[in-house]
Amino acid sequence: MWRDTVLVAGKDLRIEVRSRVVMHQVVPVAVLVLVLFAFALGPDRAPMIQAAPGLFWVAVLFASVLAVQRSFALEAPDGARDGLRLSGLDPAGIFLGKTAAVTVQMVILEVVLTAGVVVLYGSHIRSYPSIIVAGLAGTAGLAAAGTLYGALAAGLRVRETLLPFLFLPIAAPVLLAGTRAWQAALGIGAGNTGSAGDPWIRLLLVFAAVYLALGVVIYGPLQEAS
Amino acid sequence: MVPAVLLRTAVCVTGRFPALAGVDLAVAQGEVVVLEGPNGAGKTSVLRVCAGLLPLTGGEGTVLGCDLRRDVPALRGRVGMLGHAAALYDDLTVVENVRFAVRAAGADVARIDAALDRLELGGRVRRTPVGRLSAGQRRRVALALLVTRRPELWLLDEPHAGLDADARVVLGEIVSEVVAEGATVLLASHEPEESWPLADRVMSIVGGRVVEERAVASTRRPALPDQLRAVSGGAHVA
Repeated sequence: MWRDTVLVAGKDLRIEVRSRVVMHQVVPVAVLVLVLFAFALGPDRAPMIQAAPGLFWVAVLFASVLAVQRSFALEAPDGARDGLRLSGLDPAGIFLGKTAAVTVQMVILEVVLTAGVVVLYGSHIRSYPSIIVAGLAGTAGLAAAGTLYGALAAGLRVRETLLPFLFLPIAAPVLLAGTRAWQAALGIGAGNTGSAGDPWIRLLLVFAAVYLALGVVIYGPLQEAS
Repeated sequence: MVPAVLLRTAVCVTGRFPALAGVDLAVAQGEVVVLEGPNGAGKTSVLRVCAGLLPLTGGEGTVLGCDLRRDVPALRGRVGMLGHAAALYDDLTVVENVRFAVRAAGADVARIDAALDRLELGGRVRRTPVGRLSAGQRRRVALALLVTRRPELWLLDEPHAGLDADARVVLGEIVSEVVAEGATVLLASHEPEESWPLADRVMSIVGGRVVEERAVASTRRPALPDQLRAVSGGAHVA
């Protein structure tokens, strides 16, 4: 399974390095979300600082939909999806590989967005470990859930519109917990310190673990049925 | 011996109309069977059902000993299909595409160079992204991928389409070789002059049913590829 995970993740990331669709299209869209909200909330810094954690995770959520759609769009043309099914790869390995590739792309996006939050919104990071752990756990959870629902929608003609419809509601816990964890890490709100975000980080970890485990178990039947 | 492919009144309904309406088909291990018939007759559907890419919604079927209703995941990696689409990634080079498929199947990557050379995919072409290749070259890459993987069952859907004369000869040699090694080939084709010389039997499909079956005198000769081109399909009906 792990060998297949590395193989699929390597393939997806190599294609992304060549095509640069995520870098040239998804990252600018996510940055644009931050910029537009900055215009909408400005010019005072106070509301922007208050809203920064939520806006960061909203931008991540929308970008993750695009990244997952791109991950499955790679398999759509020229019968590549059939090729992947016939390849002999462990479905759990395919799931983990696709999840890993989306996670890597999203982490790069989040580094850019974090810089955007600091520069555009004037936020100050008080707890780097909390920011990093919350970011990684939230991203892994979004990537795992997105890959699972992406596989569900992959065989359908309406997949582009169906995926956000399926995925965004179930990603709500990540939006909530990520925002709370970031509020604590940025010191937003009375008495909010880095450790105040720990329960929310644990929720992000549980979300990621549940969807990773679920994906390992049901991706195979899902792939065969879709 | 259990047939490599066994379909009994196989039905496949994927929309309002059945793609297969009761196909009976048995293919022995090491045999080459050609499926012929008009467009929409169900040839591709038979191949896709055998690959486990379309569901068997009625009747019974086993492929390589795996029940098509229950054991499709066990088939994965043992069946290779050359379909209308080449199933390649446009942004990966020729070598990267083949290497990915070969590693996925757990096959020997050392065979890759020989397979690409054989299909005249050498030099700069190997490092070219597949998206920049012609349709015929893509077909060659897809074939090289199967040659390197060496599946137990080859499902070839119009394999001669898009290939030039030299590549068609190589395809004939490859089919002859893999069958000699014990693989089974199920081939759907509109081109009897190309496909019949490779076949042990020809089955005609019309309206999702096998309507006629003929044994043919195969002229598979790996060492004498010119014979494949010289033989006319009609002359070989037994």
